[in-house]
Amino acid sequence: MFDDSPRAEFLGGVRAELPLLLGVVPFGLIFGVLGLAAGLPGWAVVLSSSLIFAGSSQVVFAQLWSGATPPPVMAATVGVVNLRHLLYSAAVADYLRDLPWRWKLLLAYLLTDEAFAAAIGRLRDGPPTAHRHWFLCGTGFTLWAGWQLSTLAGVLLGAAIPESWSLDFSIALTFIALLVLSVHKRSDAWAAIAAAAVVIPALALPHKSGLLVAAGVGIAVGLFMRRFDGKTP
Amino acid sequence: MSTTRLLLTMAACGLVTFLIRLSFIAFGRYLPDDPRIEAFLRYVPPAILGALIGPEIFMLGGNLNATSDNPRLWAALVALLVARLTRSVLATIAAGMGALWAIQLWFG
Repeated sequence: MFDDSPRAEFLGGVRAELPLLLGVVPFGLIFGVLGLAAGLPGWAVVLSSSLIFAGSSQVVFAQLWSGATPPPVMAATVGVVNLRHLLYSAAVADYLRDLPWRWKLLLAYLLTDEAFAAAIGRLRDGPPTAHRHWFLCGTGFTLWAGWQLSTLAGVLLGAAIPESWSLDFSIALTFIALLVLSVHKRSDAWAAIAAAAVVIPALALPHKSGLLVAAGVGIAVGLFMRRFDGKTP
Repeated sequence: MSTTRLLLTMAACGLVTFLIRLSFIAFGRYLPDDPRIEAFLRYVPPAILGALIGPEIFMLGGNLNATSDNPRLWAALVALLVARLTRSVLATIAAGMGALWAIQLWFG
């Protein structure tokens, strides 16, 4: 007998999320260290984890802030970095359609890469019971708690880690891993290569808009190269 | 002043992120269902990640280093290989950091 009580669904979500924390906790630690190194005050580093709550865009936020970027450009860049969440929102929308607004607002806030990845299997393939949104709540809350605590720990440790360890490089490494996971077709790889090639000269563009421009070029190249992809995915 | 500015900018970035996540959950019925939007969105993650990685590898302390004596370039290639083989974030970070430290020890 399938237990579809809110409690069982929530705990199921917690259990599904825990293995993913293995990758998230080091990232949170590193972000804490890196945020301080970029010149953000400790409280701002910790606060960004609940206010923005999106790892890679928080790294971008810290980098752009240290470069005195105009706020509208920062918000636009963070928006582009997080634009992929539109896909998650679209994918879970059907399963949350009949929920009250307070649930929609809460689950939208908790909808991160990892919470989505751990919950979509249950939502799509599991029994369509009345409390299945509690599963997404469980993955989302677990990730949220792990992210807050690891960021806080990173800020507390930050001052103790010497710069010669080059720990900031782990941010690039995290992006490399996420990039490989997001490349399924040749045109995906061309989008990434084009953006990476354009971004260095684009950094000289005014108002720190280089990241946006490079991403735009990458997307355009990906759309163009799409016609050369094979028919099978 | 600077604190207020930092708080407001962060709140704006948080609001943008939240609205993106809320979009289809709240307004799905009113948003256009167009395959071209889907195709566009497909290339956002690889493009933005490519754009984020470039400066992390080639710009050190504000200076461009795109030559073969840049240890981060070689460590990044090791990481890329490990990422393709394992598809694990943790293994990629471990291999890349290990490669960077090894290169810095031997040639540094």
